[in-house]
Amino acid sequence: MNGPINRALRWLFFNVLVRGFVLLALGLSVRHRERLPGQGPAILVANHNSHLDTLILMSLLPPAQLARVRPVAAGDYFLRNRWLAWFAREIIGIIPIQRGGAGHGNPLAPVDQALERGEIVIFFPEGTRGEPEQLAPLKKGIRHLALHHPEVPVIPLWIQGAGRALPRGEALFVPFFCDVAVGHALYGQQAGADWMERLKRDLLALRDSLPPLQWYQGRVDEDADR
Amino acid sequence: MIHAMPHPAVTVILAGLFLLLALASLAVAALRHARPQRDWSELSARTRSWWVMLAVFSAAMLLSPSLSLAFFALISFLALKEYLSLIPTRRADRRVLFWAYLTVPLQYLWIAQDWYGMFIVFIPVYGFLMLPLRMVLIGDTRDFLRAAGTLHWGLMLFVFALSHIAALLMLPATPLAPAGGAGLVLFVVVLTQLNDVLQYLWGHALGRQRVLPTVSPGKTWGGLLGGVATTTALAALAAPWLTPLGHGMGAVAGLLIGLAGFIGDVVISAVKRDLGIKDSGNLIPGHGGLLDRIDSLTYSAPLFFHFIHYLHY
Repeated sequence: MNGPINRALRWLFFNVLVRGFVLLALGLSVRHRERLPGQGPAILVANHNSHLDTLILMSLLPPAQLARVRPVAAGDYFLRNRWLAWFAREIIGIIPIQRGGAGHGNPLAPVDQALERGEIVIFFPEGTRGEPEQLAPLKKGIRHLALHHPEVPVIPLWIQGAGRALPRGEALFVPFFCDVAVGHALYGQQAGADWMERLKRDLLALRDSLPPLQWYQGRVDEDADR
Repeated sequence: MIHAMPHPAVTVILAGLFLLLALASLAVAALRHARPQRDWSELSARTRSWWVMLAVFSAAMLLSPSLSLAFFALISFLALKEYLSLIPTRRADRRVLFWAYLTVPLQYLWIAQDWYGMFIVFIPVYGFLMLPLRMVLIGDTRDFLRAAGTLHWGLMLFVFALSHIAALLMLPATPLAPAGGAGLVLFVVVLTQLNDVLQYLWGHALGRQRVLPTVSPGKTWGGLLGGVATTTALAALAAPWLTPLGHGMGAVAGLLIGLAGFIGDVVISAVKRDLGIKDSGNLIPGHGGLLDRIDSLTYSAPLFFHFIHYLHY
């Protein structure tokens, strides 16, 4: 990220547009905000159902931290054309990584560097956006990060409602209240064989701590469950 | 058109409410001091939230008429959003809900244009007939009736019924009612909210017999009768000042507002009980969600509007 104009646009985008949107259109309510890190390095780990997830998580942190917040995102998706690439890199500030082991070496090396610079990294361990309020199998990358940086807190979060307001494959946003529950930090030092299981358990416990979303069944639902 | 400058009666009432709230805050502080071992956090949070709500409401009422309309439209939008987030919806209906949200700016646009005919039929006729058409186009018939019914019910309460507050605001000032629409809004909103508080206080003082034990166990006959009686008395006093009504008809309006407020409250209680939740949200600390605060207005605002509209406009 560089350039004073892009930096100013990023500041305006998050502190005016995103914060106003999160407040009015989503009415985001946050449980245990006090568990969020005051400063980096830290890794925020959340379920992923919607493009809104990144904006929601970035709006949770104080404006002063904005310059140090970097979401990890799929390079093959977000850098596919020039304008999207500019928006993703300069405004959102993503760390692009290659999915599916297409590249050479360690695909998470840019994330390692960001953590060494003391940045707050947003990481979606499911690897892609899944069905609302369901947790897809977690990818192992997050465990590697935690092991490499045993002193960095890994903070699990559950986002509820974003997959209803703007689900995958839909361009039309519909306002719904969204909730976020913040969990206790996990550390790589505790990374035994069951570390991934613990992370998954913590995420599901956060999900269960929120009031359940209610759906009528409907036929489209069954199609989605195939 | 509405007057750009607020009538002195409006300013005086708002100032009086700030004074009343200051007294209430002092009373809460005294209670905390007298019995520090008890937990006063909910009452304190509730009082703090009243400060915020009164400040926002006063700003909306005093700064400009278009701001007041925008404020009431925002309340409708937030209430509808809270409702649609609480009830079960069908995934298939996302696009229908988008159109349902669009009724909010349109409904308030008709009000801003003083188009009474459209204001009064837009949701009950056009919304009622057309939204199910949009649902049919999606083609999913499972739970169709439940989804169409719950959606329309929400639009009627939180868009149509609540928008009557804004419609009151647009009623012109007359020689009998120099405070104009703002005076009428203040009359119904303040009396409805006071009625809630009074029913709570009377209920604490002499509540024993429950009115509707299966719906809202906290509501007692003592609270209901005490609250409605006090609201009726206050309305009789304030009516000639804020509305075209005299003392007598003012008392009738107060009785109507007190009873309607109670019904709105218990209807939303029944919804929450059906959904298995205690509060409709946590937007307003100490109160719960927005629906917990405006539930009584969804009944008192339209009933008072049509009462006054029939008699004087």
